[in-house]
Amino acid sequence: MRVQRWTRTSKLFTAGTLVAALVLAGVPLVFESDVVQKLTTLLILVLLAVMWNALAGYGGLLSVGQQAFIGIGAYGTVFFAAQGVSPYVAMLLATLLAGAISVPISLFALRLRAAQFAIGMWVIAEVISILVRLDQNLGAGTGISLIQLNQYEPNFRQAYTFWLALAFTVIFLAALFFLLRSPLGASLQAIRDDEDAARSLGVRVAARKRLLFVLAGFGCGAAGVLVVANTLFIEPSSVFSVQWSAYMIFMVLVGGLGTFEGPILGAILLFAIQTTFTQGGPWYLVGLGATAALFALALPRGLWGTIEERLGLRLLPVGYRVVEARRDETAA
Amino acid sequence: MEAAVLAAVDVRKRFGALTVLDGVHLALHKGEVVGIVGPNGAGKTTLLSVLSGALLADAGSVVYDGRDVTSKGAAERCKLGIARTHQVPRPFVGMTVFENVLVGATAGGKRRGTDAYNLCLQVLDQCALGHVANRRAEGLGLLQRKRLELARALAVEPAVLLLDEIGGGLTDAESTELVQTVAGLRDRGIAVLWIEHIVHVLLQVVNRLVCMDAGRIIAEGEPQAVVSQAAVIDAYLGGGKR
Repeated sequence: MRVQRWTRTSKLFTAGTLVAALVLAGVPLVFESDVVQKLTTLLILVLLAVMWNALAGYGGLLSVGQQAFIGIGAYGTVFFAAQGVSPYVAMLLATLLAGAISVPISLFALRLRAAQFAIGMWVIAEVISILVRLDQNLGAGTGISLIQLNQYEPNFRQAYTFWLALAFTVIFLAALFFLLRSPLGASLQAIRDDEDAARSLGVRVAARKRLLFVLAGFGCGAAGVLVVANTLFIEPSSVFSVQWSAYMIFMVLVGGLGTFEGPILGAILLFAIQTTFTQGGPWYLVGLGATAALFALALPRGLWGTIEERLGLRLLPVGYRVVEARRDETAA
Repeated sequence: MEAAVLAAVDVRKRFGALTVLDGVHLALHKGEVVGIVGPNGAGKTTLLSVLSGALLADAGSVVYDGRDVTSKGAAERCKLGIARTHQVPRPFVGMTVFENVLVGATAGGKRRGTDAYNLCLQVLDQCALGHVANRRAEGLGLLQRKRLELARALAVEPAVLLLDEIGGGLTDAESTELVQTVAGLRDRGIAVLWIEHIVHVLLQVVNRLVCMDAGRIIAEGEPQAVVSQAAVIDAYLGGGKR
């Protein structure tokens, strides 16, 4: 017997994913800037879904306050750009800022349990939102533009933003992928399934949760950076809105909590819904909520979780498979 | 006598108004199997949890290998070499059987790569789970879930193994196999503490037997002698063990 990690399917699919990323990189060269902007929105959704899943699906941390980091990323970009650094450097700095701030926040937030944590994170997001509203330099409650980006010609600007979104998405997906494939991966999935049992087998649950929390802080910060780069204007009431959390929960629940591929599927689905029902409005939100609730009741493992179970399919090789040893190995 | 590898010293634990452990002294030595019997609610599982670190003692201390681990959590104690199984199995349902065992080998046992894989394969084989290695743990029946509890704990390569009723519901042949496994662990120098209701299974392998009732140890010593003590018979018959 020996342990196999890559299967033919997963090799093909991983290669396919890399090819898809390369093809996506060519999008701004071919398509109009409104298509590029829409695809940037899709990448932001993918990034957010994957990060929320890293928290909830592996760490059991149900946060309704990740918009705190989206806001820090977005306002951080505006802040650093106003200090005179190039807007793209400001974006990187703002991402780092969001990740750095998540460390002290984790010291407080991770002491809270379950529902307390969820609400506690929301409170943290609201507090940061209020602090921004109090700052005239950040436009207070009325919002602020990232005017420094206007120096770039719109088509180029949109292309740069898209490439940045693609780079962030690839980097954060790869980070989670390698984390799950590493020896820590099994521990993280164990926390997802049974925290106490994981602890009894030597898993340092608190430290692992902190790792996920900081990763998600970085990732959601990066998403916030992309939001301001994509829309050029932000205001506290939208960028710190709890609606972001609602979207993240929707994408992950529908796609498949605690699966690697599910949230990506959920993000594509939400994106399709958003582009179809462009008017929005309260009934659109009611529809989203009802769909998420329906999935939680009828398909608790989500779309991908169900597919994976029925077909025994694993596209990205984060797991392990025990197979018969090859003949030459048996002889050895 | 050799120093105990794991010892509870005057351990006390209360849940609200209820005293569950009322001054328990217990020592476990290298290469020794100690059985714990007693009626439901005697505090056996609580004692095991206090030893493993899943619960912290309100008073008293837990000493492992000469160092005080009373305030250390379960993860840390596991890394030091104390592994346990759960009375009601707690498999990681979303992972395969192999991956379940791998958690023990990598997190608690600190092994990596092929080294960890080979250990897991060997442990799975030992616990007769090799043929379901790729099965999601969610699909396992009770017997296999209990075996998985044991396999995960063994993958830690513990110096002390705490077993909580892993023999319930086994056929005679299966329990004989389990007894042989436990005897094999003892021969490798592992100290085993085994809570079990099925006394005749315990008697096949234990070096010492402890009987608990109402949070105290009421009898301890040579297994046959403990079983025949009046207090033990009383605790069982009077305590309403079914």
